[in-house]
Amino acid sequence: MSQLNEKNSANKEHRLPSPINNLENKAFLEAAQDNQLVLKFCNSCKEPHYYPRTICPHCGSDDTTWVKSNGLGEIYSYTVMRRGVEVPFAMAYVRLQEGISMLTHLTNCDFDAIRVGQKVKVVFQETQDGQKTHLFEPAP
Amino acid sequence: MSFAATKYDACIAGIYEHPLRVAPDHTVAQLHAEVARGALLDAGLTLDDVDGYFCAGDAPGMGPVSMADYLGLKKLKYVDSTDTGGSSYLTHVNHAARAIAAGQCRVALITLAGRPKSEGSSGTQVRSQWASAPDFAFEKPYSPAPLNTYAMCAMRHMYEFGTTSEQLAWIKVAASHHAQHNPNAALKDVLTVEDVLNSPMIADPLHRADCCVVTDSGGALIVVHPDIAKTLKKPVVTMMGAAETTKGQMGGKVDLTYSGLAWAAPLAFKEAKLTPEQIRYASIYDSFTITVLIQLEDLGFCKKGEGGKFVEGGQLISGKGKLAFNTDGGGLCNNHPANRGGMTKVIEAVRQLRGEAHPEVQVPNLEFALASGIGGALGTRHGAAALIMGRLK
Repeated sequence: MSQLNEKNSANKEHRLPSPINNLENKAFLEAAQDNQLVLKFCNSCKEPHYYPRTICPHCGSDDTTWVKSNGLGEIYSYTVMRRGVEVPFAMAYVRLQEGISMLTHLTNCDFDAIRVGQKVKVVFQETQDGQKTHLFEPAP
Repeated sequence: MSFAATKYDACIAGIYEHPLRVAPDHTVAQLHAEVARGALLDAGLTLDDVDGYFCAGDAPGMGPVSMADYLGLKKLKYVDSTDTGGSSYLTHVNHAARAIAAGQCRVALITLAGRPKSEGSSGTQVRSQWASAPDFAFEKPYSPAPLNTYAMCAMRHMYEFGTTSEQLAWIKVAASHHAQHNPNAALKDVLTVEDVLNSPMIADPLHRADCCVVTDSGGALIVVHPDIAKTLKKPVVTMMGAAETTKGQMGGKVDLTYSGLAWAAPLAFKEAKLTPEQIRYASIYDSFTITVLIQLEDLGFCKKGEGGKFVEGGQLISGKGKLAFNTDGGGLCNNHPANRGGMTKVIEAVRQLRGEAHPEVQVPNLEFALASGIGGALGTRHGAAALIMGRLK
């Protein structure tokens, strides 16, 4: 299936839909263009959260700040979308080492060999409008 | 006649399920009007009696503002357009009952209608109404759709508890056993576990037959004050308990193994002064087989993680298993109008309590019934609601 993904990235029609830019995710998307995953961290309750917000969804504090993530985690759950889409894709929740989970896609892997609990790391891929977004691939 | 069983006095006096499953020649507003008319006729009431109106996101225009004018509701004192997806209509019953108990209205009409079948909707598509949601800015690249997000719930449940595709298939098999007796059902064929497993894999581990049908049309309910219910001809179905909530990704602390019903259902049972062991019929929201399995656990019919064992061998088949569910064939086989299955859940529960279900699936001497709803997407963000109703003796 890695061939399939290489084909996808080479073929504009099959690129991922682009993220929507808004005032709250500007820093997140800018970091992605530099192949960097950033998360929001609350200085009040000391918890990270995802997706990023201005106000902490855990405690309501407005004292939140962007922190860099090493992008390492494991697959919490996944599915391979095989039908009803132009090109099959592997969707997943990846639970980062920080303890929070992100909705994402898995790439550079055999879709039939994906397992819950598998170690993965973040990679970045261009979407339809050229902006990059995060995906995850198997990590050693 | 005593209403002592009810904490808040409200009764479901009218039900109507549109007989069509494909309605290309109807407008959505027209379908709302047809189901409203049907439910009023069922109750023995008229448009002039209605002083409360409830509709959700399926209603065209500006909710009750557009629809009340279209329907000709001129005496409204109470309106509500709460939208929690397919669970909206259970939530509406809860809100209507509270409003009636508070003296805000006496005859509440709730309508649902849509045409997803005629408009080419599929559970594999990203839903356009989610586009303005704050999460969608982040999630859009990954095409979250009903099928793939529910599939991840199933995958995690299998990982944590050893649930199998065969166990999920038994849920569809039970629904199909019921649907064979429903002349309006979209799918009337009785299925086997093998039939379900042999249907195409759409999003691992969900097969096509793990999914509900996509259908047009809709349904309506009339909720009334007990003083009005006493004057009507139909058996009185009274509200006993209700609760609702929402659950999402919890700031990234995602847990796909349970629904909001884990929080809401105990409140509904407490209010009704009943336990799950006393429920012999339940309408359980069935967008997918996994939706049912997780709710069975959250509603307290079995422990968390034991839903697979609970449903094995046809335990949800009326007259055969320990809990009769979705005796109309449910969303899995009968009807999931407007991609929102909550309305038909309430309707079949009321039919059961009235003794109006098909004789082959009617639960004899039924006293209590439960209806549950999950709206939105269990794998991302959803509304959850539970209603417990009783037949007045």
